[in-house]
Amino acid sequence: MNTNEVMHVVVVGNGMVGYKFCEKLVAKQKNGPRFRLTVFGEEPRVAYDRVHLSAYFDGKTAEDLTMAPESWYAENDIQLYLTDPVVDIDRERKEVRSHHGMVVPYDYLVLATGSGAFVPPIAGVEKDGVFVYRTIEDLDLIQSYAKRARKGAVMGGGLLGLEAAKALLDLGLETAHVIEFAPRLMPRQIDDAGSGILQRQLEALGLNIHLSKSTQEITGDDTIKGIQFADGSSLEVDMLIISAGIRPRDELAKSTGLDTHTRGGIVVDNFLQTSDPAVFAIGECAVVHHMIYGLVAPGYEMAEVVAARLMGEQKEFKPYDMSTKLKLIGVDVASFGDPFIAEPSCRTIAYENKAKGVYKRINISADGKTLLGGILVGDADQYNMLLQTCKNKTILPPDPEDLILGSRGGEEAGAGVMGLPDDALICSCEAITKAMLCHEIGEKGHTTIDSLKKATKACTGCGGCTPLVKDLIQGVQKQQGHYVRNVLCEHIDYTRQELLDLVKMNSLKTFDDVLDTFGKGDGCEVCKPAVASILASLWNENILEKGRATIQDSNDRFLANIQKGGTYSVVPRIPGGEITPDKLIVIGQVAKKYGLYTKITGGQRIDLFGAHVGDLPLIWEELINAGFESGHAYGKSLRTVKSCVGSTWCRFGVQDSVSFAIEVEDRYKGVRSPHKIKSGVSGCIRECAEAQSKDFGIIATEKGWNLYVGGNGGSKPQHAQLLASDVDKETCIRYIDRFLMFYIKTADPLTRTATWMNKMEGGMTYLKAVVVDDVLGIADDLEREMQLLVDTFKCEWKEVVDNPELRKRFAHFVNVPEQKDPTVEFESLREMKRAKEWK
Amino acid sequence: METLFAEKEELTWYLACRVEDVPADGGACVLINGHQIAIYNFARRGEWYATDNECPHRQQMALSRGMIGSQGDEPKVACPFHKKTFSLQTGQCLNDDGYQIMTFPVKVTDGMVYIGVE
Repeated sequence: MNTNEVMHVVVVGNGMVGYKFCEKLVAKQKNGPRFRLTVFGEEPRVAYDRVHLSAYFDGKTAEDLTMAPESWYAENDIQLYLTDPVVDIDRERKEVRSHHGMVVPYDYLVLATGSGAFVPPIAGVEKDGVFVYRTIEDLDLIQSYAKRARKGAVMGGGLLGLEAAKALLDLGLETAHVIEFAPRLMPRQIDDAGSGILQRQLEALGLNIHLSKSTQEITGDDTIKGIQFADGSSLEVDMLIISAGIRPRDELAKSTGLDTHTRGGIVVDNFLQTSDPAVFAIGECAVVHHMIYGLVAPGYEMAEVVAARLMGEQKEFKPYDMSTKLKLIGVDVASFGDPFIAEPSCRTIAYENKAKGVYKRINISADGKTLLGGILVGDADQYNMLLQTCKNKTILPPDPEDLILGSRGGEEAGAGVMGLPDDALICSCEAITKAMLCHEIGEKGHTTIDSLKKATKACTGCGGCTPLVKDLIQGVQKQQGHYVRNVLCEHIDYTRQELLDLVKMNSLKTFDDVLDTFGKGDGCEVCKPAVASILASLWNENILEKGRATIQDSNDRFLANIQKGGTYSVVPRIPGGEITPDKLIVIGQVAKKYGLYTKITGGQRIDLFGAHVGDLPLIWEELINAGFESGHAYGKSLRTVKSCVGSTWCRFGVQDSVSFAIEVEDRYKGVRSPHKIKSGVSGCIRECAEAQSKDFGIIATEKGWNLYVGGNGGSKPQHAQLLASDVDKETCIRYIDRFLMFYIKTADPLTRTATWMNKMEGGMTYLKAVVVDDVLGIADDLEREMQLLVDTFKCEWKEVVDNPELRKRFAHFVNVPEQKDPTVEFESLREMKRAKEWK
Repeated sequence: METLFAEKEELTWYLACRVEDVPADGGACVLINGHQIAIYNFARRGEWYATDNECPHRQQMALSRGMIGSQGDEPKVACPFHKKTFSLQTGQCLNDDGYQIMTFPVKVTDGMVYIGVE
């Protein structure tokens, strides 16, 4: 081959793996030899994410699923032919010919033809109403046909079949059946017991599951009417999706004389090379290690190996771990290692909880020393840990059942992350081992996720290893004998809880007093707002007075939320989400007058964006005159108490949730705390106010109210836990007083109640003992301290509006106070405006 | 804007504002010759500083609204947007090497604050 000329690679197939090959080759070419790339695709659209195909019925568009837009190919000089499959390969002349007659020469040919749906030879499969589930076009056909169908079925109870069954439900069919030939669901991943649990869960969602069913005939004239089984039974259906497995697309390889497997697939060696050294095959069309890898991850690894080898790197495709964890219609299903190995080759421990829909099985070597594999259904939280234990052949603790049941009293199980060997791969995206992380934590002092991310790139890929890394941080520190004490910063060597007590005992009211008495240096952006919060929680004096304005975070300092471009957003309080038409009109008028973008927030109020700092007092003057108060959207304090409409209007409501929500919001408004606090009140068990996702949530019962605490949404959602049930309003308020004040006094800065409770020794049991049973004897104090905050509430914005000195601070230029920031720019957006995108 | 006197050839002193216009241990923004400058009254140390008002990270005119403080002995300001911190003495970003802001000399005479601009 002439090395002076650019070599030409032709890729046949533009699916996920074919695309990934292009992506990898393009990336590698940045510093290496260059290739010219031509891609032929059979489908009319560019490669898309077939793994998440079902999301198409869930509102995702074809564009959302696209791996890279068509322009990406052009930008990277890739010649792309769509709707144009390759029909012939001349290996002598080294050229391919496409359906449309394009003849393109190649130096290397990469076959990424993937697989098609396997349709078993059953009488009647050609009838109308019978579909396969493979491409977006298939889904379009299914979708339009489903409009006139009532009963649907899926043939195949594997992963894809169950996805298709979910799609039938999403499409609104009255009945959806799943028909599986094997005696269990997902026969490749889970065992009979796991399938039993999964079946119950799926049936609860409305699917009808039929196992051990061999289909004999699809009945009906031109159109499907039903399915006849070999055992004599039958089903009446209007449509059928066949998802009975895949068939590798090897017809092109076969016709050009490449070696193919008797059961289908292009035979390749460990380097993905076919019987012709210039031709490679990757993905689901390839038979490597005598098998077809029907998952996308090994397909991507094959793409990597071929791209690497073309660039001259030494790389080999090694047997790929087929462990999987997925969420199937909301049910966790995972299998790892060898899930099916059975006694006497191993010892098996299984745990089954039918009520909770959980099944766990682990297979342990006969000598009891290592984990060989296992299955998790309904709860796969331990998947990562188990997978690592299995892969690394970690020596198991004496009671290996602790691995799936958790430690039940006594010493902690020895198989935590600290029990893994040093070379255990913790972050597989970035190939980072336990030893590397321990070194960074122990020797270099990177003891936060953030600094570890910077130092090692761990947790920056899929993020799946973050919990393991967190455990590792704690484990290493504990091992070093560190009592982990979260002091504020270099200026204040106390935890927030310690400092709060000290400030209270010494009656300190300004930042300088606190720093002079208990700190050093000049403070910083960490300790200043923390002290500001403590002072506000203790004394509830105006946060902008006595030199406290400049220790507030910018949002608190200007009593508004700073947004892109430096303007602010304004949120008046709308307790319980209840608002009169007159007040709505005022908000509209103010927004119009000051040109503000308006949006209903997630907390049932109205946010007005794009206010210049100098306009804030004017805007608030109008709002306050109309009876509004500050909504504290800028503060680490109570945000909103969301409510459903409750028994006043709702036919299901058992209590007046709106009135209670307003009462609760009015009680705790303005109370400063370590982090923001959200609440909700639902009028019945349907829980429309989503109270269980709040820091404290209240749900009406026939007899009173249930109080839940410690929930939150955000990036790591967590449900609140029940603190008290069927209590009356007064008791409920008392418990909330105690709970909030206990949180305010003991949590670390910027810690939500959920995180605070997660870290609390004894957890909910302990919290209940403190708040309900008052084991510490502090309940009266907590209630009194909260009552002080309630009694001393003043609207911060009213105080600013009425105080000319405070008003003066709301100007962009102190030397030309009437002038607004000239750099602020807006763009128009749906009849309103938005902040100009920053660079 | 009034030009008071020129100390060196290239340095011009501009009257920026009154002392009470800048909150103690905080900042305020002034407009000088069309340039936005943040002035900091570091009362705790009895010092005054001035820098660009623009944070170079996302080009936001916001440093005057940031919290000031110290890192070791170095006086610093934290941008309210993403908490990039800058030395008030050198303008160097302290938690991201890639950024630098301008600093300006400050003089306080008879309750008035002046800024030296080249």
